[in-house]
Amino acid sequence: MSTSVSNRSKGLGRVLVIVYGLLALAATGRSVYQLLADFDNAPLAYTLSALAGLIYIVATIALIAPGDRWYRIAVVTISFELLGVLVVGTLSVVDPVLFPAKTVWSFFGRGYGFVPLVLPILGLIWLRLQRTSGARDAAI
Amino acid sequence: MIDWLTIAIVTAAVAAGALCVVLGLAGRKPSDLSLGAAAIVELLIVVQIVVAIAAPAFGNVPTGSGLEFWVYLVTAAVLVPLAVLWSLLERGSRWSTVVIGVGCLAIAVMVYRMHQIWFVQVA
Repeated sequence: MSTSVSNRSKGLGRVLVIVYGLLALAATGRSVYQLLADFDNAPLAYTLSALAGLIYIVATIALIAPGDRWYRIAVVTISFELLGVLVVGTLSVVDPVLFPAKTVWSFFGRGYGFVPLVLPILGLIWLRLQRTSGARDAAI
Repeated sequence: MIDWLTIAIVTAAVAAGALCVVLGLAGRKPSDLSLGAAAIVELLIVVQIVVAIAAPAFGNVPTGSGLEFWVYLVTAAVLVPLAVLWSLLERGSRWSTVVIGVGCLAIAVMVYRMHQIWFVQVA
C-alpha cells in the first residue's frame, strides 16, 4: 500500500477527487477573473466566490493527503461547503439583490449543474465509509 | 473559433466522456479504446489552439474577454493528460476509466463556455 496518498483517493475516491479538483479550478478561476475584472460590481459575491474556490482547493488536497489530520480537514471543509451552498443558495432565492453576480453557490449551484450541492453530500458519505472500513481493517 | 469545430469538439468530448464513464462503470480498466477516445479529444483541443491563434489574423476575433478564453483553452489542454495521469497512477482500475470520462465531460462544458466567450455576450 502506498503511503504517499490516502485510501480516500483510491478507487471511487479518485473520481471524487477529480470532480473536486475541477470544481476548485472552476470556482477559483472564475473568482480570480472576477476580482481582477470588476470587483466593485459585486464585492460580496466575488469575495464569496474566492472563498468557495479556496475551500474547494483545501478539500481536494485533504482528500488526497493521508492521515487523520487531513481526514478531519476534509470533513470540516466539505461540511463548510454543504453549509455554504445551502445558506447562499437559500439567500440567493429569497433575496436575489444580495447576490447580483453569479457565484458557485447561488441558486444551489445551478450554474454548475447542481454539482456544488450534490458533491459535499457524496463527499461526506465517502469519508464516513472510509472511516468505518478503515476501522474494520485496523480491527482485523 | 469556428462553429463546426466547436460542435465537433463538444460532440467528441461528450461521446468520449460517456463512453469512458460507461466502460468504467461496467468494470473495464483503461484500454486502447478509452485512452484512444481521450486522445482524440486532446487532439481536437490542440487543433482548437491552432485555430484560436490563427483566427484573429482572418478577422475572426473573440467578442468577449480574450484572457478568459485562453485560460479556459490552456486548462482544457492540460486537463485530459492530467486526468489520464491521475487515473493511471493507481495502475488502472475501473474508476480510472471513469476519471478519464469525467475529464472528457468537463472538456465539453469548457469548450461550450469558450464558444460563449468568443461569440455570445450577455450584457
